[in-house]
Amino acid sequence: MLGELLLTAGVLILLFLGWQLWWNDAIMAGQQSTAASDLSAEWLEEARATSGDAPAPAPADYGDPIVGPASYPNGESFAVMYVPRFGEGSQRRVAEGTGLDVLNSEYLGVGHYPGTQMPGQVGNFAIASHRSAYGGGMHEIEQLQLGDAIYIQTRDGWYTYRFRDFEYVTPDTVGVLAPVPHHPDLQPTDRLITLTTCNPLYSTAERLIAYGVLESWQPSAAGPPAEIAADVATWGS
Amino acid sequence: MYGALWRILPGPVWVRIILLLILIAAAVFALFTWVFPWVDGIVNPINVTVE
Repeated sequence: MLGELLLTAGVLILLFLGWQLWWNDAIMAGQQSTAASDLSAEWLEEARATSGDAPAPAPADYGDPIVGPASYPNGESFAVMYVPRFGEGSQRRVAEGTGLDVLNSEYLGVGHYPGTQMPGQVGNFAIASHRSAYGGGMHEIEQLQLGDAIYIQTRDGWYTYRFRDFEYVTPDTVGVLAPVPHHPDLQPTDRLITLTTCNPLYSTAERLIAYGVLESWQPSAAGPPAEIAADVATWGS
Repeated sequence: MYGALWRILPGPVWVRIILLLILIAAAVFALFTWVFPWVDGIVNPINVTVE
């Protein structure tokens, strides 16, 4: 009798892990991806409505990027992140705040550290997401290669960051969020993006940090960057 | 306890196996739909942030 109970408990725990790490993870990944596609499409539609169907002839350079409000209410989605290296369907909404209400949400998934900079701003746009379970917005983070694109779309436009380097830190290393990472006393001159998630995979002992540098920017009216225009066109279909 | 369950189930062996599979499927469905989401809110959260 006792043996059967113990066996049953073991099977239940394994089932729970299977549910958390694969079943629920896959379901939430699908929901978060769809929610991100919807938001992206909404902003594209908005831009088309205001600027008309024919995009203006593209200048070589759109100048300094537009930077949105300095902060948003907790839980409000203000951006969409898309990293082609993370694979098809990896687009996620970025919402203000890094609490479980954002990270474990079935339609958000990526959280912006309040107080860090906004997309396109000089300084550090720092975000966090799960690596395993809850939709795993940064599940494939370790596959990033030098120069890989990290696209951030907002209502204003598209910000193209290029992956620069990884860093492995302890969970209390808040220095990675500074405008100049690890140097809170320095004045920033670069426009950085910082992705934070847990490390190793299926553990929370450490944090894996991925830095990127802003390469270019284009307004919403110009549509998505040419390299991902085909991908974006399939979203929501 | 599983021995008792096996004796309670009616019919020949193949009917009992089918009934058992149905019971297992129902149990897994209930766990995935109600029990695990509830447990998930109670156990230690998975932290991914630096703080």
